[in-house]
Amino acid sequence: MKIHEYQAKAILAKFGVPVPRGEAAFSKEEARAAFERLGTPVAVVKAQIHAGGRGKAGGVKLAKSAEEAAALAERMLGMKLVTRQTGEEGRIVRRLLVEEGLEIARELYLSILVDRGTGAPVFMASVAGGMEIEEVAKERPEAILRETIYPAEGQTAEGFEPYHARKLAFGLGLSGELASTGARFFQSLYRAFVGTDASMLEINPCVVTRDGRMIALDAKVTFDDNALYRHPEFKELRDVGEETPLEVEASKFKLNYIQLDGNVGCMVNGAGLAMATMDIIKLAGGSPANFLDVGGGASEEQVKNAFRILVSDPHVKAVFVNIFGGILRCDVLASGVVNAAKELQFKTPVVVRLEGTNVRQGQEILRSSGLNFAIAQGMKDGAEKAVKLARSAR
Amino acid sequence: MSILVDQKTRVIVQGLTGREGSFHSQQMMDYGTKIVGGVTPGKGGTKHLGVPVFNTVAEAVRETSAHASVIFVPPPFAADAILEAADAGLPLVICITEGIPTLDMVRVAAALENSATRLIGPNCPGVISPGKCKIGIMPGAIHKRGHVGVVSRSGTLTYEAVDQLTRLGIGQSTCIGVGGDPIIGTTFLDAVRMFHDDPETHAIVMIGEIGGDAEETAATFIEKHVKKPVVGFIAGQTAPPGRRMGHAGAIISGGHGTAKEKYAAMRAAGIHTVESPAEIGHTVAKVLAKAKPRMRSRV
Repeated sequence: MKIHEYQAKAILAKFGVPVPRGEAAFSKEEARAAFERLGTPVAVVKAQIHAGGRGKAGGVKLAKSAEEAAALAERMLGMKLVTRQTGEEGRIVRRLLVEEGLEIARELYLSILVDRGTGAPVFMASVAGGMEIEEVAKERPEAILRETIYPAEGQTAEGFEPYHARKLAFGLGLSGELASTGARFFQSLYRAFVGTDASMLEINPCVVTRDGRMIALDAKVTFDDNALYRHPEFKELRDVGEETPLEVEASKFKLNYIQLDGNVGCMVNGAGLAMATMDIIKLAGGSPANFLDVGGGASEEQVKNAFRILVSDPHVKAVFVNIFGGILRCDVLASGVVNAAKELQFKTPVVVRLEGTNVRQGQEILRSSGLNFAIAQGMKDGAEKAVKLARSAR
Repeated sequence: MSILVDQKTRVIVQGLTGREGSFHSQQMMDYGTKIVGGVTPGKGGTKHLGVPVFNTVAEAVRETSAHASVIFVPPPFAADAILEAADAGLPLVICITEGIPTLDMVRVAAALENSATRLIGPNCPGVISPGKCKIGIMPGAIHKRGHVGVVSRSGTLTYEAVDQLTRLGIGQSTCIGVGGDPIIGTTFLDAVRMFHDDPETHAIVMIGEIGGDAEETAATFIEKHVKKPVVGFIAGQTAPPGRRMGHAGAIISGGHGTAKEKYAAMRAAGIHTVESPAEIGHTVAKVLAKAKPRMRSRV
């Protein structure tokens, strides 16, 4: 689960991570009021979207007066921001963060995430803060410090020991008072990572101010969806405005759905088979309209809703249902598809490929439904049929 | 022979009395797997599906002499269930549960580091040695006893590949689903190593996915050590780059993990790569036909 920068900063502050003073603003009036309350000569107006690269795309601007803050807010709200991380479709800005401007002496890069390789969190830090950090990682990997944190082997509950913090601080060339400030900062940050079950936490940049403070100037936090049950308070942080309407609808039925730009809708069980199905549609000369994994143990109701969501995408000209029944039985799937087709009365042609548990019963349900399903033999045949139907429908 | 499990493997089920546990335990029993007991805290002393239920794994192991455990307990309790199985000294633990918090698995991974327990999964279909033993949720009927080892990150895509093999008359020695989570017990590399050492496995099928570098690591080992033919497929060749936040993921992966890079690594290692998921079976058939005639006659 992704959250906005202003939400991330509020959470980090609770764990003792220093963040700039600031307020979220949803309108030009709120931006003006926020500037006045801050009382600093300069404020930064930042577009809040679930993607990075905002600065270069014009989503971060300086304001020197309340009027200017309001004018910037008016211009930014409703604006479509296309950054390197949004994809071509971009994001509409609906929220802003207005925060104090700081006198910056140095910019650092900090992040924490779980490394698949070691099976443990890794704390990464670099003096090369800013936007080109991925280039730095490629060209000068030694410029990025990496501390792997194995859990609970030492004196702290989190496994992040004071020596980890010191290694990072001195590794970044922090000295004197700043080294202790840094060490405290890193420890708070790690506590926030573990305490929120984050899957990724990135501070880019973390700034050292002219007066020797260390502050998280930006913050990106992603939570581990599997651990959300431990943090019911995070539910209200979700911004459905950042998701496509069909993805929001799919999430209500616990369906893993991602909208794409093709015209062959696909419904598959299992993420691996779903990706393979997209691949084979492309190999057949078509283009998938979505990724949809109905999951291992989908109910008839879920299948029905999945179908409804698929065909409500106006780009979908044909649907390919590719199911290898394991836990999900083919008869359950077939009933769901038939009921959806009868209820929704859509005209979109449907190709069904069923294999595995109760395949005969499933095929019988499709055949005796009186509806016009094309039955495929194998996934290649199914993909080719679906692509052909999508093409002739255009 | 096969790896990890055979006819003699005695299995206990953690979460035997739950809905999923009951359903799949019955399926495993029907397949011929020796399910010798179950663990559900608080239900010790009762019987379920004709086998005794225990309160703790330690007690179950003591009473049934089990070799392996399969876990169906819900995500909030699954990490603890794995740790309990390891604590009871079980050499093989297979965790089917999907949705375990990653930081729970960080703890498990650290605890298993110096333990004799091998974990498969979590979030995996399990392990099957066709005709001998099935521990997991895969449909048993699509499998056939034979000499091809299959390792995969996904569930249904493995069934797809196995089904293609079986339809062509090609049997499997063992099929392992290692699971799709960021932190898993047994990796691609571990599985490939075991197939490499198993005299009854004559060829290996590797079914990967985009993300991580498990396939690349296994490919490096294959290039150096494995003489058996290997067929590889990567799902997600056409997946668009995800909308992402921040740079941390890209830094840690070092730009690796795309289908293109995985295919390149596999090809460089001499692995027979397949671009269409419908061609996995045929490619294995072709590769086996080219292999030594002595080998072919035994597949």
